[in-house]
Amino acid sequence: MPSPERSAQIGALYQEMILDHYRRPRNKGDLANAEQTVVMKNPLCGDEIAVHVSFDGDTISDVRFSGRGCSISQASASMMTQLVKGKPLSEIEHIRTRFREMVMGDQAAGEDASLGSARALGGVSQFPARVKCALLAWNALQTAMTAHAE
Amino acid sequence: MSWKADFPLLVRNPGLHYVDSAATSQKPTVVLDAIRNFYETANANPHRGAYALSVAATDAYDDARQLLARFLGVADADALIFTRGTTESLNLVATSWGRSNLAAGDEIVVTAMDHHANFVPWQQLAISIGAKLRICELTADGRIDLHSLASLLNRKTRVVAFNHVSNALGTINPVGEIVRMVRDHTAAIIVCDGAQAVPHMTVKFDDLDVDFYAFSGHKMCGPMGIGGLIGRRALFDSMPPYQTGGDMVEFVHDDVTTWNALPHKFEAGTPNAAGAVGLAAAAAYLSAIGMENVLRHEQALVAEASERLAAIEGITIYGPSSADRSGVVSFTLDDVHPHDLATILDGDGVCIRAGNHCAQPLMRRLDVSATARASFYVYNDTSDIDALIEGVLKSKEIFGHAVA
Repeated sequence: MPSPERSAQIGALYQEMILDHYRRPRNKGDLANAEQTVVMKNPLCGDEIAVHVSFDGDTISDVRFSGRGCSISQASASMMTQLVKGKPLSEIEHIRTRFREMVMGDQAAGEDASLGSARALGGVSQFPARVKCALLAWNALQTAMTAHAE
Repeated sequence: MSWKADFPLLVRNPGLHYVDSAATSQKPTVVLDAIRNFYETANANPHRGAYALSVAATDAYDDARQLLARFLGVADADALIFTRGTTESLNLVATSWGRSNLAAGDEIVVTAMDHHANFVPWQQLAISIGAKLRICELTADGRIDLHSLASLLNRKTRVVAFNHVSNALGTINPVGEIVRMVRDHTAAIIVCDGAQAVPHMTVKFDDLDVDFYAFSGHKMCGPMGIGGLIGRRALFDSMPPYQTGGDMVEFVHDDVTTWNALPHKFEAGTPNAAGAVGLAAAAAYLSAIGMENVLRHEQALVAEASERLAAIEGITIYGPSSADRSGVVSFTLDDVHPHDLATILDGDGVCIRAGNHCAQPLMRRLDVSATARASFYVYNDTSDIDALIEGVLKSKEIFGHAVA
């Protein structure tokens, strides 16, 4: 239902940084010689994201994404690539967990500095129908990391 | 003017602009009262008890069928089977008629604008028996391409399935013309998905000359979980049951069973009698308004909405001109994803649908992953269009700031 509070939440969701990542996505495109490529689809909206990952020992040496989707899924993927590139897998796993907690409504997680600029997506927790969009790329990354470990 | 005052949910939420009636309609007081009245005055298991209360339940259920048969122009009321809705109705035909009549090499024709409920059952049937699924393509403005249809019809065609009105585009399809083409060139059965037609326009089954016609109650002011399948008695009689159990049997021997007469043969188990009573109340409600008034009201709204949307730079509208559409307008705005549009509109109380509308084959042909869809009904008025337009402009402004 409409209310001033809801308007503020919409404003927080569609803040400048998110729209900037939507319009000018970072690390978008294919990754030559990627070790893992994971495709995730959201059948509700027909969106599709592919996450391409290269590993160097226990770190992600490079990560890119391709596909199309809404501003939330695209911005989330773009921020994710910036955040995890060059980091050790154990640290990435912590970030991924905290990100998930944040969009599910955990306020402390939303203030965790390890999430960097991805904290801008904290407002998604107010929109249960959109949480899946924010998690699409992160779920793909998790699948890639699991496949790498095996 | 509109009939908004008849709908308690809308009266209770004056700031709400519900424009997603192609997904499900709101329910008027008369329908809610009819359901409650059934449970308060006639609740027992129909067709079971010898006692008066069970007879009252049976009568209420039978009366509902008679009323709906009159509403839908069905002289043979027992050939109107109550189901859970359009999806179950279409699965019933594909499973029961399809599995006992089709063989490898036969052809089934569906259209690129069909809802998954009238696409996937035929696709899966074709896969399981080795039949061929053929897809009728569309014109650029979202109509069934009759040339494409003509090229698909031959003596191997056993089923032609299409929707009366497209849920995603609102296109009103020329049933008479399609039926003539199919009858002229094939001996196929014709299966029509009426889910988006029955709520919005006059539908008389006996005049359509189709073999099966499916519809849902919840899109026509009725409750969820009730709908129907109308068919020709001769076809129903020749088909095996879809589900077996209580009520649909005649004699159960240790080794074999014989089937009850229509409509019971296809209504296994305790029926949704309260749902049927609610659906009949919905049909009576729409009849009192007059189906021609319902369609006129919707088309006036959709014409205005289409015109005002089209005036916004960056809007693309899908489907035919509004004169050949029911109360549906499907659109996109620049590179703003329909889900983002729907979220921003929701912030202002405007409920639109964003997504593939259970029509992924259509979305592929439109070359979009999703569209935004506004769909109007008897309770909508110009204030809903005002809110829709305001929300679209707001979305444009929010996303416009980020243009590189």
